Amino acid sequence: MGTITFFVLAVAASALAVLVFVVDSMARATFCLLGSFLAAAGEVILLGLSYLGTVIVVMMVMEMVIMAVFMVMYMMNPAGLMPMSMVHNRRGSLAIAGAVFAGLAVGIVAIRWPTTPRRRPVPRATFELGKALMGPHMLTMVLLGVTLFSTMVVTVMLAVSHGRYDRLGDDLKGPDR
Amino acid sequence: MVEPAPWWAVLVVPAVLGAFATGAVLASRLLAARASGAPSRPRAVLGGMCDDVAGLLVSRRRTTLASDLVLWRLGVVGVPVAAILAVAVVPLGHWVVDDLRVGVVWFNAMEILTWAAVWAAGWGPNSAFSLVGGYRMVAQGLSYELPHMFALIGVATAAGSLQVGSIVAHQRHLWFVVWMPVGFAAFLLSVLGFSFIGPFDQPAGADLAGGVLVEVAGVDRLVLAVGRWLLLAAGAAMAVPLFLGGGLGPGLPAWAWSVLKTVGVLGALVATRHLVPTVRLERWAPLAWLVLLPLTIVQDLVAAVVVLLR
Repeated sequence: MGTITFFVLAVAASALAVLVFVVDSMARATFCLLGSFLAAAGEVILLGLSYLGTVIVVMMVMEMVIMAVFMVMYMMNPAGLMPMSMVHNRRGSLAIAGAVFAGLAVGIVAIRWPTTPRRRPVPRATFELGKALMGPHMLTMVLLGVTLFSTMVVTVMLAVSHGRYDRLGDDLKGPDR
Repeated sequence: MVEPAPWWAVLVVPAVLGAFATGAVLASRLLAARASGAPSRPRAVLGGMCDDVAGLLVSRRRTTLASDLVLWRLGVVGVPVAAILAVAVVPLGHWVVDDLRVGVVWFNAMEILTWAAVWAAGWGPNSAFSLVGGYRMVAQGLSYELPHMFALIGVATAAGSLQVGSIVAHQRHLWFVVWMPVGFAAFLLSVLGFSFIGPFDQPAGADLAGGVLVEVAGVDRLVLAVGRWLLLAAGAAMAVPLFLGGGLGPGLPAWAWSVLKTVGVLGALVATRHLVPTVRLERWAPLAWLVLLPLTIVQDLVAAVVVLLR
């Protein structure tokens, strides 16, 4: 049962990921990507990491909705459903994608996986995974998060033509007070 | 104390949720009829609802030029589906479909699905007002989501668990609403937000000729409208185990307490719908970010300090 679910989700994740580049609208591409992430979240839950899997659902739905808003804003006529191609620089991106895929696949085979007795449930799997991923790099990750967030805020601030206090008018008293 | 129900509970849960939602609709229509001076006898109200449902069932669905039919349909269907999936972790007395170890996060995930669903429902028909309605839902979601999450975090901190059954068990002596009233208020506000009802009905606002509802007709409109009320009922049902001690109470059986408390919360939400006017988003967003969010963070601090001192 677990194996069947794994393959169904794996095929769904890959197929939806391919669809991202096949469909002709930013909205559809975003939702295909969302579907792919949800299938990946299913795989994580299948690994016994139910907290991480559910959090991936929470984060990805939120992020993809926001991404849809931004993508449509930057790339499409927001009032119409203008068809547009999801691919550009085909050769370059194919080369990059192929190299990354090969690298990751080689990594799966080449890495020395930790040898634990099989079929032994790991107590506090989420905690252990977090320690393994983040442990010595917590400070880096925190800094990275803050940097990313401030970059996003700054780009939005630079992109809008009016400032934060524009809506309050020249006297900063607000339009209806 | 909370245990998984047999498999057929999966079939009962939508019916129970639907009953709560129907009750809420009837109460709301009764209040509206009273306020407008229309006939407000129970029979007239019930008949009015049945007329409207039958009318939507027999009228044609609308098609628009160059619509994105896939996303439109997915969005419309997604709203009730998210509501029904959300209540899978909400216990009725001792019974629950599945008391997941991460039940609170599950509920949160299903609630956020409504953002995607309503945005897609607004995007789909290729209609300006409908599109603006979808965008309003995202703006509204971004405003209520963090207070909502911090309200959930406060509850989870106090109980030391994300499992709804365990959260109920931790309220044996004192309901969480007593020492986390701000979290409770934030949660109720976000329930009105994600079901875009009452003061937070801007995504389907009258100033947009119905927003996300403007192009949905016939059975599509029925599904979307039912989905909204199911979401409201699901939020009210979740407030009971999170803040009001679930099925705990003297005398009556646990399921009866769950039902009574859910009816109470749902009644309060419906009353809010009729007492509070629509809040404009540009007023709600600063209020949510500058007032409600800091308040819920302080609330979580209180919960954390209480847990540390206990």
